[in-house]
Amino acid sequence: MENFTPVSATLGGALIGLSASILLLSNGKIAGISSIVGKLVARPSKESLEKFVFFAGLLFGGILLTVLYPTAFDVKIERSIPILTFAGLLVGIGTRIGSGCTSGHGVCGLSRLSVRSLAATICFMGAGFAVATLLEGVL
Amino acid sequence: MRLLISFLCGTIFAIGLGISGMTNPEKVIGFLTLSSSWDPSLAFVMIGAIAVHFVSYRLVSRRKQPWLSEKFDIPINRKLETRLFVGAVLFGLGWGLSGFCPGPAVVSSVTLVPKVLIFCAAMLSGFALYNIGSFTLSLRNKA
Repeated sequence: MENFTPVSATLGGALIGLSASILLLSNGKIAGISSIVGKLVARPSKESLEKFVFFAGLLFGGILLTVLYPTAFDVKIERSIPILTFAGLLVGIGTRIGSGCTSGHGVCGLSRLSVRSLAATICFMGAGFAVATLLEGVL
Repeated sequence: MRLLISFLCGTIFAIGLGISGMTNPEKVIGFLTLSSSWDPSLAFVMIGAIAVHFVSYRLVSRRKQPWLSEKFDIPINRKLETRLFVGAVLFGLGWGLSGFCPGPAVVSSVTLVPKVLIFCAAMLSGFALYNIGSFTLSLRNKA
């Protein structure tokens, strides 16, 4: 368990919860990344600018991390390009069909005790655990 | 002002993802792979996030309206439709294959690592395909 990092994981999680809380309290919006980013590649609506600005904030946070906490990206990605391409398509289509991802269902939805989000979270966690565990050593 | 808050929330969200370990796809795969070297760390991301948001949601939902908007925009659909399950399973398969979910993929794209950019391009294509598909369906339903 040398890689076990519960403190930084909880702290990072708390920041994610804080971000979702501020967005709800101030703008009345759910911090669902797949919805926010997914609607950026659709026809513009009156809320597009707000979504785009959140997206820009994500990128800005990423740039801050590269300077202040480069460990966040200190990783060699082992998966092959065809696998990553296929997985990216699945993540893109799946999160839009299922109306949410780890943030919208897993954090925001579960915090509201939404039954829909609980069902979705069980499905994507179950599928994620199944495919990663079954393919261990294969990919 | 709303835009400023939106930007700030995006930034805090990204930093939270980075500190938590979610921007490391190998760590995500280590969490999703049940083996003798299972790393349960990332369960604590969800615990930390829900602990904060569960409490704040309860406080915020007593308010009639948000600070800077006329009403709360919270999903009201309660139906457990087939598409919810199908979509979540497809997403989970992609997540388990790659170790990326949408937030960390976007945040990691600033490193310009080719594999991350390829994943992001594929994910955006997935979003666009969905949008084209639902637009086409809505036209057909109108006709």
